[in-house]
Amino acid sequence: MAGDVDAFETAAREVNAEVTRTTAGEFDAAMEDVLVDPAVGTPLPYHGVSLPGWVETDPSPSDLAAAATGVTSAGLGVVESGSVVVESTAAGEDPTSLFPERHVAVLAASDLVADVSAAVEHLAAVAGEGRDAVIETGPSATADMGALVYGAHGPRAVHVVVIEDR
Amino acid sequence: MSSREQKAAEIRRLLATEGEAVSENARGFNRGREEATAELDDYDELKATARARKEDAIERLPELIEQVRESVEARGGNVYLAEDEADANAYVREVADGADVETAVKSKSMTTEEIELNEALGAAGVDVWETDLGEFVLQVAEEAPSHLVGPAIHRDRESIAELFEAHFDPGESLETADDLTRFARTFLGERIADADLGLTGANFVAAEEGTLVLVTSEGNARKTVTATDVHVAVAGAEKLLPSVADLGPFLELIARSATGQSLTSYLTFLTPPGSAPTVDFEGDEMGAPGDREFHLVLLDNGRFEMREDEQLRETLYCIRCGACANACANFQQVGGHAFGGETYTGGIAGGWEAGVHGLDSAAEFNDLCTGCTRCVPACPVGIDVPWINTVVRDRVERGADPSRFDFLVDGLAPDAESGGSLQKRLFGNVGTLAKVASMTAPVSNWLVQSTLGKWALARLGVDPRRDLPQFRRRTLRDWFESRGRTRVANPEREVVLYPDVYTDYADVERGKAAVRALEAVGVGVRIPSLPESGRAPLSQGMIATAEQAAERVLDGLEPHLDAGRDVVVVEPSDLAMFRRDYDRLVPERVDRLAANSYEVLEYLHGVLANGADLDALADLDGERLAFHPHCQARTLELAAHTEWVLEERGADVETTTAECCGMAGSFGYKQEYYELSVAVGEALSAELPEDRRVVASGTSCLDQLADLGRSPRHPVELLASAG
Ligand code: SF4
Repeated sequence: MAGDVDAFETAAREVNAEVTRTTAGEFDAAMEDVLVDPAVGTPLPYHGVSLPGWVETDPSPSDLAAAATGVTSAGLGVVESGSVVVESTAAGEDPTSLFPERHVAVLAASDLVADVSAAVEHLAAVAGEGRDAVIETGPSATADMGALVYGAHGPRAVHVVVIEDR
Repeated sequence: MSSREQKAAEIRRLLATEGEAVSENARGFNRGREEATAELDDYDELKATARARKEDAIERLPELIEQVRESVEARGGNVYLAEDEADANAYVREVADGADVETAVKSKSMTTEEIELNEALGAAGVDVWETDLGEFVLQVAEEAPSHLVGPAIHRDRESIAELFEAHFDPGESLETADDLTRFARTFLGERIADADLGLTGANFVAAEEGTLVLVTSEGNARKTVTATDVHVAVAGAEKLLPSVADLGPFLELIARSATGQSLTSYLTFLTPPGSAPTVDFEGDEMGAPGDREFHLVLLDNGRFEMREDEQLRETLYCIRCGACANACANFQQVGGHAFGGETYTGGIAGGWEAGVHGLDSAAEFNDLCTGCTRCVPACPVGIDVPWINTVVRDRVERGADPSRFDFLVDGLAPDAESGGSLQKRLFGNVGTLAKVASMTAPVSNWLVQSTLGKWALARLGVDPRRDLPQFRRRTLRDWFESRGRTRVANPEREVVLYPDVYTDYADVERGKAAVRALEAVGVGVRIPSLPESGRAPLSQGMIATAEQAAERVLDGLEPHLDAGRDVVVVEPSDLAMFRRDYDRLVPERVDRLAANSYEVLEYLHGVLANGADLDALADLDGERLAFHPHCQARTLELAAHTEWVLEERGADVETTTAECCGMAGSFGYKQEYYELSVAVGEALSAELPEDRRVVASGTSCLDQLADLGRSPRHPVELLASAG
């Protein structure tokens, strides 16, 4: 629903995430705009959509440490808060979204839910299967050094790419 | 130095060194909370749900522990219920030994501070690095946290820069917050890559799924777990909730309550061993999720006793958001290094310290809770923090050795207490003292203001820099009798004006004004002789005496309630007794009084809104007023009534945002707290423009503002015409 995507985009920008809206057909071009080389990534589960070939999808820890961008899918987007839910698999969504300075989260518009409570319902099922997940809202931040700074331990920038026809 | 002088000196030091940074941060968080929670349509409902879920979880705690044991063990993890600090530390040491751990990294966890885990591991040869940047600063500075959520809020950027440059000699200048963050990120990144053991706490533990939920902004908790093969989570047993599905309201509330963010950057749901690969930077290899060893250490350390303790049990509902600290006027000035015990800080620390470290630790800072109640509406789980502190005070005092000077106060003090400090008993018996002082005024006033009198009071801990209330020989009731009682013939409405100690014996003018204003709108007034409400002894932790007082007040008021008379109260702290505290003291008797008592401006508002003639009150056209509502009146949401009446009569009203005036009953009179009280008062004063006339409703606020050089009036004095 376009209304949901609008609201999500507004909320995400409010928490200092960037948002790009695209379609499956234009996905490759969108990726070229948002990915900064070197990039590491995990496979995307959306029909007809895949990462550019130059993205390292089987990264070693040193690849992770050297990467400028980590790109993963997002299991859910939360309209009210502009958050994305990153679910962990053995492919490494967790470290990929955490170690590089820039996290690109690819989200299908059909995976938007209204609010945190709806996300929690979903996460209860994820946890029940023994899987880890994180509700990520904007970049990593700290105020511990006397002023607000992004990029504390995690990414300094978060960019959500919404595929509107998925 | 006496212990009072030592305490005063320590507070003076903290006001000078840490006060500014603490104040900026705590007040910023407090404003953030107010704004963020105001945006929630269902704030009260969320709080009520969160509260109910905590009550239920603590009730079912033994069952939840068994459940989480099963769910964690089913996935190959371990659960250990640790009886106390030593037990918990020994277990973690064993785990570290078994895995040949040399370096551990830790994400922020107050519970591990409670058991001093870093020291215990350090003694066993394990280096522990704090990865939360605030905790890292404290580790380098060898300081204790000053706040539950922002452990280093007492330090500003410059002081952190100096600290890092002195400690690390980084070879580059670290100037901006960005520089400092990048330096710490790199330094800690290396420690994380090296570490063999990841230590975390947990904000919530879901029993059904065996899931830990961590609320963080930096991302260090995730890295701590991802980059190590052994994960030990240490959590107080009270963190258990039945299931992940119960978390919604807590996640909606926690960040908003803490800092005003809607959500923190990361709400991490870990269900160990989880589904993320391990990242081995040293071997440059990714491992399988199943490679991770997991231990959940659930800590008792007094919590089960707290659970059995009817008064302290509520503490276990605390989600440690720090809102009670941020909303506290005293905390805003000195922070957790004064307002805190061995580990915990702010108002709720009274309950935590009493429960996990014992009364001695709680006694250290218990006085700093003045019972202003501003934390009560701030708490996301509805904990009555001031009540917990009152209970702790009572226990501390009753446990205290009966002082050898007791006879001094005993003669004047018909209280029901045994033991307790003389200073507390002096202030707790202010009702009797006021009566005696009034009977002997003006000699008594002269006596207490004299050098000798001040010396004697100083021995009891009354600060000589304070002007004491001037007691009046002719009390409010004397005046009322002498004018032939009420001047409204055959009134349609009749009220009892409660003659609180201060209005009756000292601030008689505001009492007269209340009578005149009520009469002006056609309300008949009675002022029977009634005992002190119990506020004074309650504020000193003399619960038994306060209970007696409450019974006596009800004995006096019930016949009037039977006759259909409402009760009108001038002193907001006494109204708060009737509406809030009596519910604790005399729960079976209080309902009728609570429902039929009103603050005087609240009552006037009601009468006027029901059609009484507004013009009967003085015309305030052109008056520019700065209004400071009493702290407890704010909590009872009474300020709006005063604003309405003043504005309807033409005044231009600006209301302060300061949570409290700093006097808070007897607090500001006490020698050891005089300077803190003045600091709080000055923060309020800064909000009162010079070109506005100051109005305030509480006795304490009026005294404090007068001492700060303003000439405040009670709003009802402006509204009543002379006569
Ligand atoms: S008592 Fe309430 S306000 Fe204070 S830290 Fe605990 S949950 Fe937060």
